[in-house]
Amino acid sequence: MNAISGAYDWLTTSANWQGEKGVWHRLAEHLYFSGVCLAVACLIALPIAMLLGHIGKGGALAVNISNVGRAVPTLAVLILLTLTPLGEHGDLPTLIALVLFAVPPLLTNAYIGMREVDRSVVEAARGMGMSGGQVFARVELPLAYPMVMTGVRSAAVQVVATATLAAMAGEGGLGRIITAGFNLQNTPQVVAGAFLVALLALAVEGVLVLAGWVFDPMRGRSRVSE
Amino acid sequence: MSKRDCLVANDWICGEYVRSRSQELIDATVEHVAITAASVAIGVAVALPLALLARRWRFLAAPILGVTTVLYSIPSLAMFSLLLPFFGLSASLVVTGLVLYSLTILVRNILAGLQAVPEEAREAAKGMGYGPLRLLWEVELPLALPALLAGVRITTVSTVALTTVGAIVDYGGLGTLILDGLDTQFKAQVLTASALCVALAITADLLLLALQRLLTPWTRAHRIRPGRFARKADPAKSVAKVAEPV
Repeated sequence: MNAISGAYDWLTTSANWQGEKGVWHRLAEHLYFSGVCLAVACLIALPIAMLLGHIGKGGALAVNISNVGRAVPTLAVLILLTLTPLGEHGDLPTLIALVLFAVPPLLTNAYIGMREVDRSVVEAARGMGMSGGQVFARVELPLAYPMVMTGVRSAAVQVVATATLAAMAGEGGLGRIITAGFNLQNTPQVVAGAFLVALLALAVEGVLVLAGWVFDPMRGRSRVSE
Repeated sequence: MSKRDCLVANDWICGEYVRSRSQELIDATVEHVAITAASVAIGVAVALPLALLARRWRFLAAPILGVTTVLYSIPSLAMFSLLLPFFGLSASLVVTGLVLYSLTILVRNILAGLQAVPEEAREAAKGMGYGPLRLLWEVELPLALPALLAGVRITTVSTVALTTVGAIVDYGGLGTLILDGLDTQFKAQVLTASALCVALAITADLLLLALQRLLTPWTRAHRIRPGRFARKADPAKSVAKVAEPV
């Protein structure tokens, strides 16, 4: 396959990795956008989801926000924001779009995780005299942790993908290698860029699976009560 | 001039735009619907045998579900770009990419639906002399239909949104208008096409919901009575998969 060996050549040409349009710089942009936005989205969504889950209210909102997020095209939001006055502030439209699309999976998963904690366990904790805060920190949070981490993983994958699309709205990141390849009608570059993006997405997911396991508060203990 | 020209002023909302470019909007919408419909239809046609394989041979279940899950985490722009050497700049590139995304949810839901068929129903059918094909077609598939249709609904909504990314190869339906509007800074075009896209997703969802009710009237009969339980179980059920590829 011509394009595939071409892509290999593109990736092994060191000139393609250097400079402002090189892979390293684009990767740094991509990781910067993704990291900052994922952190901001977590800071916004997780406390809200956990509070709602703890008091058991707002379930319809937490669940439906994901369905709404699914129906809204990311590309449209990126381009709409770029055309608003926000577009004059450089990266701001992209950062906002990234946060907007990272919030739904975080909110929904963390909420469901909190609600799926066995009610009898929570009742037992209360019966032992735990306060609301103690129940939250020592019972609900450790038990909801896997779902919370699933949400973080989904959000991270979402953010990496959205950051790629930002290139179509004229922003930086690894997606820029792909869009530049399309503009130059350079198929090997398109394939090489796509390969790098796919690799990054899978690496991010892999790292988060590992991190989820390492930081699991219940590691080595069973979540099942039987 | 007494009347302000919204096309010249480049307003976000412009009736004149919708009037003068209605043909362009209709063409883009038709293309969008065609790409989405083809992708979901092919997706179901591919997912069904995969789900049957995964059920028939247990050892295949893990690799099939694993591969479709990995496909799901690949960003859409990369997915379409990776298919470029195989399909060139064509609508089949976009459809193939969308089919690959749809498999994750479709295979999962069909498999779950088939596995939830009560053993008694299967035994009864066998006792009545049903062969494996007739068992599948007349007993198992109808019983798995609610799960299948739920998967089709989720897939359709996210496919409508994802089709826009096809604009990178000029086959993005309304997405092509959106991307075009960015180059020309044409606000009315971007907003109108985006709104149509969301409207399309909602319409498709409601139509599929109606179809679901029509095809599976038995699922409604007992939902009315135990209101408390139904409501309690509902939120978790409606979220089969909460992430969506972008």
